[in-house]
Amino acid sequence: MDSKLFSNNFTSKLFKKLTKLNSLKSYTFYLIFITSFVSISYGQEADPVAGKALFNTNCASCHKLDRKMTGPALRYVEKRLAEDEGLDREWLYSWIRNSSAMIKSGDAYAVKIYEEYNKSAMTAYPQLTNADIDNILAYTAKDKAVPKPTSVATNVAVGPANGIGLTDEIILGVFTILFLLLSIGLVVVTKTLRTLAELKGVKLSEKKKTKPIWKAYLENQFLMLCTAILFLLVSAYGFYGWTMQVGVNQGYMPVQPIHYSHKIHSGDNKIDCNYCHSSARVSKHSGIPSLNICMNCHKSIYEYNGETTEEYTKEFYDAEIQKLYKAVGWDDEAQEYTGVTYPVKWVRIHNLPDFAYFNHSQHVNVAGIECQTCHGPVEEMEIMYQHSPLTMGWCINCHRETNVKIKDNEYYDRIHAELSKKYGVEELTAAQMGGLECGKCHY
Amino acid sequence: MSNNKKYWKNLAELNSANNDVFDELQNKEFVQEIPVDEFLSDKDNLANSSTSRRDFLKYIGFSTAAATLAACEGPVVKSIPYVVQPKEIIPGIANYYATTIGNGYDFANILIKSREGRPIKVEKNKLAPDSKSANGRVHASILDLYDNARIAQPTKDNMPISWFGFEYETKSELEKISASNKEIVLLTQTFASPSTKSLIEEFKSNYKNVKHITYDSFSESAALNAYELRYGVRGLSNYDFSKSKVIISIGADFLGDWQGGGFDCSYAKGRIPDNGTMSRHIQFESNMTLSGANADVRVPLKINEQKLVLIEIYKSIVGNKIQLKSDISLNKKTKKIVDELIKEIKSAGEGSVIISGIKEDDYQSLVLEINEKLNSYSFNPSNTILTRSSDDEKISGLISRMNNGDVGALIMSGVNPIYSLPDSKKFSEGLSKVEMSICFSMKNDETALASKFVAAANHYLESWGDFELVSGEFSLAQPVIRTLFDTRQLQELLLIWSGNKTSIHDYIKNYWKANILGSDSWNKALHDGIYHNTSSSGPANKRISNSKYYSKTFTINDSNSLNSFELNIYPKTGMGDGKHANNPWLQEFPDPLTRATWDNYLTISEFDAKETGLYLEPSTFFNQSSHDANGGLNGKYAIIKLGDKEIKAPVLIQPGQARGTLGLAIGYGRYQGVKPEMMVGVNAFSLYNDFNPVQSVEIIPTNEIHEFALIQLQNTLMGRGDIIKETTLQEFNTKKVEVWNSQAVVSLNHIETPVSSPDVDLWQEFDRSIGHHFNLSIDLNACTGCGACVIACHAENNVPVVGKTEIRKSRDMHWLRIDRYYSSEDSFYDDDMKKDNISGLGSSLSSFGELENPSENPQVAFQPIMCQHCNHAPCETVCPVAATSHGRQGQNHMAYNRCVGTRYCANNCPYKVRRFNWFLYNGNDEFDYHMNNDLGRMVINPDVTVRSRGVMEKCSFCIQNTQAVILKAKNEGRPVAAGEFNDTCACASACSSGAMRFGDINEEGSKIAELKNNKRAYHLLDAVGTKPNVVYQVKVRNTKNNV
Repeated sequence: MDSKLFSNNFTSKLFKKLTKLNSLKSYTFYLIFITSFVSISYGQEADPVAGKALFNTNCASCHKLDRKMTGPALRYVEKRLAEDEGLDREWLYSWIRNSSAMIKSGDAYAVKIYEEYNKSAMTAYPQLTNADIDNILAYTAKDKAVPKPTSVATNVAVGPANGIGLTDEIILGVFTILFLLLSIGLVVVTKTLRTLAELKGVKLSEKKKTKPIWKAYLENQFLMLCTAILFLLVSAYGFYGWTMQVGVNQGYMPVQPIHYSHKIHSGDNKIDCNYCHSSARVSKHSGIPSLNICMNCHKSIYEYNGETTEEYTKEFYDAEIQKLYKAVGWDDEAQEYTGVTYPVKWVRIHNLPDFAYFNHSQHVNVAGIECQTCHGPVEEMEIMYQHSPLTMGWCINCHRETNVKIKDNEYYDRIHAELSKKYGVEELTAAQMGGLECGKCHY
Repeated sequence: MSNNKKYWKNLAELNSANNDVFDELQNKEFVQEIPVDEFLSDKDNLANSSTSRRDFLKYIGFSTAAATLAACEGPVVKSIPYVVQPKEIIPGIANYYATTIGNGYDFANILIKSREGRPIKVEKNKLAPDSKSANGRVHASILDLYDNARIAQPTKDNMPISWFGFEYETKSELEKISASNKEIVLLTQTFASPSTKSLIEEFKSNYKNVKHITYDSFSESAALNAYELRYGVRGLSNYDFSKSKVIISIGADFLGDWQGGGFDCSYAKGRIPDNGTMSRHIQFESNMTLSGANADVRVPLKINEQKLVLIEIYKSIVGNKIQLKSDISLNKKTKKIVDELIKEIKSAGEGSVIISGIKEDDYQSLVLEINEKLNSYSFNPSNTILTRSSDDEKISGLISRMNNGDVGALIMSGVNPIYSLPDSKKFSEGLSKVEMSICFSMKNDETALASKFVAAANHYLESWGDFELVSGEFSLAQPVIRTLFDTRQLQELLLIWSGNKTSIHDYIKNYWKANILGSDSWNKALHDGIYHNTSSSGPANKRISNSKYYSKTFTINDSNSLNSFELNIYPKTGMGDGKHANNPWLQEFPDPLTRATWDNYLTISEFDAKETGLYLEPSTFFNQSSHDANGGLNGKYAIIKLGDKEIKAPVLIQPGQARGTLGLAIGYGRYQGVKPEMMVGVNAFSLYNDFNPVQSVEIIPTNEIHEFALIQLQNTLMGRGDIIKETTLQEFNTKKVEVWNSQAVVSLNHIETPVSSPDVDLWQEFDRSIGHHFNLSIDLNACTGCGACVIACHAENNVPVVGKTEIRKSRDMHWLRIDRYYSSEDSFYDDDMKKDNISGLGSSLSSFGELENPSENPQVAFQPIMCQHCNHAPCETVCPVAATSHGRQGQNHMAYNRCVGTRYCANNCPYKVRRFNWFLYNGNDEFDYHMNNDLGRMVINPDVTVRSRGVMEKCSFCIQNTQAVILKAKNEGRPVAAGEFNDTCACASACSSGAMRFGDINEEGSKIAELKNNKRAYHLLDAVGTKPNVVYQVKVRNTKNNV
């Protein structure tokens, strides 16, 4: 387990290094973008950069440039409309400002689009000026950028990763070799000295043949008794230690059917734990989020664009998203549910025994305890693991040390006042409130 | 001196000089050759054997190591979330749905508690009237849903068929039969369903010659006929017993299942004497019933004497206008009681009510007339009960028409006539002559096996439905789970046969919108489960006929010959009419009176048992005795002979059974569609000739012995009146509390000090005024002993079923039991007197022996006992591992994972409420009930641990629910609301009579705090000084002059 923990820390270090690199990478991308749009010879003053910003704030939740989502793909939309449908920019202005009115008025193409996209009307954007729309259209009219420098970036990324990995091993290896050389040297030196002495005729004092110490030791009954007792004690201690870890699965890090990275979701994107584990606030179970919750975001997030490592590449993450699509039955091409689902069989990490009752809402909602208190730095976990031992001693310890959160909770008003007076303390711990009673968790 | 002595073992050896046979035998270890060589020399066999000795050892070694390792590593647990989570389901939070059960025998408005989509418990629907709350059978009915003996799909001639094929074949067959002008008969349970009624009308309009016959297995035809004749509606009169001062029941077990039951709530209301008054209840009956056990005066009488009593009362109340020809007369004692009673009725006037269970139209009419004449407050004929509708004559007619070949199609639903008809053979013959028989059934029961088509039927929790249980009071049933198997309900098929394309849900909804709801909301009605149209109260039933019986002559002949007995067939509290025969909870449910489980039996008075040679001496050295060494009760078998029918049933001596009468319960003796363990008892329906529960039979004793499994073997209190404290109403009203509810005292410095005083306490008292402090109050006056609490507790706390042999070893696991005691003298008061007056060694030996035997017509007392949650608990101090400890909230905690099973606690418990898990009952095929299969385990409450072998368990005051209420308050940031704890204990929540009340005594102004300090309150065995958190309320009897 330790080695895994270590490697985890190690990968996180790696990620930090890569972050810097990636910013460099995106900078190059940026440069390419700029150059590419400069080269476009569209005879107008529309600003694709401003267009991109507008696009991202207003359109991106339903449209992508190159793929169908809630709405159609928008690259070259103006050109396409002009060529296929004979519709001009004026049509687009009025469509964007108030599409439902156009549908109502019976505009043929408007109705067609409306029917094609599950009769979900596009949000009206009356606040967009003609110039704004021009900018957006300019952005959509750009050619697709070819991501050339990727290979360079990966090469760069690989270098330091290997370097870091090697240094430790090399140092260790060098030390081992040095140590070996040293001991060989010692033996050689002794041997040479002995030969030299013999050659010189120096008489080496012969060791007296006494009883070997181990024999003497064996014959001393008292020492033997002490040893036996010591041996028994040590093995008893060892056995005790071994039994105490039976059923304790701290650090349990099973392989999950979908590589779900808490680091990306909770750490990088700062999604609140309760967004997915919503029942933790109200129920005894924190709840494994149902797949429809994943799809709230992943309907539009179909690829991974964050940091990558050698192990966890973009392709790797994208494949995991595809696994989600398969499980939930989402046809990403057609942007619709197929109805064929394969529910995900997650491996449960935190297993409390049947005879222990634990309620999340009591701790999350009533006591206001951070999830990380028990679950550890989840936002840094690429792979989720059991952080705490989940033993009774661990529970009890916390109950002894944690004060009851009485603020804004009228339930505690009376009982806290009376009990704290009885115990003569300012604030009661959970234990003093009755949190050590057997029947509170075992029934 | 060499020793040449030769020792020989036997004569043959001595003479063995030339005895080859002997030598051979001596040299051989085995007389017959063991065919080792044969096996080992069989090279082929050895070579082909896949397991060599070496392999075997390898496997052993590997599996041992694997088992050891597996024990150390937790198993990999998979969690599968929803793909799309339904909005209303949050894992870990229970949902409640209102629905209605109506299986033809039990009708109740209930709530279903559902966890993660699976129903786990029946709860009380507080919006519904108390009279429609669940009894024990309804509480247990949830387990029938998860019965692995259920039929999974429809069959034709015992071969599986698809529903599509089923629909197609039955429909074309029906059309053919309809064209041939033969009858199409729907033989169903009483539905009491307005929409089903209309649906059947629709079905009738589509086919020719359709008849709908309802069939109640235990018929109330007589009362229905009398009511119909008088009020023009086929139904039963409703009664509100809380309004009566004098209640006279002649053979009616109205606290049991009489006329559908549900009268115990109103009865119990009138029995609580807190304002100095309570009703007086006089019961005339043959069998000892729950009603008789609760009565103030109980007179054991044969049926003919009961008739005479009714006629006597009729004559003096309504008028001396009927002719009576009778060759018997009431004995002096009974006559005196009846005369007194008539005086009482006259003085109480409108405050008295009379009911009868005599199943003859004329007598039922008399009852209606008397109540009308009295203008009884309790009698409510305009409020018609519609849950029974069977007409005996129509069923007899159907059987003969079936045998004549007039019936082309028979569609059955909710009935099992081959089991429940007395002449089932004739029915089976008739059934074979029916061209097409369809049986809607959940099990492969007797009738399903004989039918051509078996339609796999829904459980009521998978079905839609609506009910009009009492005229004008509507209720709805909704499915709370999708059908577990490929099953359908009758109504769906009726729609299909009628060519109606609407779904059953839409049909009911449309019907309600058109006919019942008016402008009210369907969703609200569905949410509430009940609907009462306030604008148009039910049709006031007008009396349509006048007292045409005035001139009628009543003839009472003592038909019983000398050797014959009067057999009273009755439904048992646990089993009802046998619909739940495969329900282990109900099989293990101890009968409130006999305390017997897993059986039905012939009840007989001790006198008659001795007369007929069916009596077993309590303990004899040489003969068969009534008890085994482990206490298990034995009974002789008797053959019951009725005409050419004979059944052999075990005999149980029932105190209070009228001389010359016998009792036998229906609902047992099911052998089809039930697990082997549940095939217990005998089928009393086979003696139910002409739907008359009273039959004249002969009995032939045998010497065969039957082993009963009783939960309670001590029948009397032996004069220990402080266990069930009781008093009379007169004493209660006139004397000081100390007289009738005295506290135990101990001597402190030669001064009598109450045990509750801290001066005599062994222990330091804790301050229990902070936070919650739970108490349970049990009113012995309101408790009728019905046992709904026992089943509710079973369901809530995952109590295992252990089976008959284990029960016989007193290894029952019920957390809650209802002890029943008989008086040894005429009353418990006399028992106390007798005990107090015992003097000397000789007298004490004989008198105590006598006190062990119940009287011939004893007083009866019920006492629910569960863990008393003692504040000074004897169990807690003796546990060597501190597995049981006390919480600040008053609960005695039991940590199963800590328990090592020394059982010291059980030994030290004065109330004997701790239960030990002798076996692993969960997932063990030796206990083939419901916990050994995945389907049956779905009923398990996920908030309560399933206990393993070797640990103690006991009532926890449903700590999972008290904790849940507290947590809910904490989550919402508010104090616990007043009365919020009341329904947390499963038993108190299930108690419809209000005998059990649970709550927080530190809650100001709570009912429980008041009850705890009530002058009737006492603690069980208070002399022990355990300071329990369960309080009992002294039983007050409305008896006069200790009669």
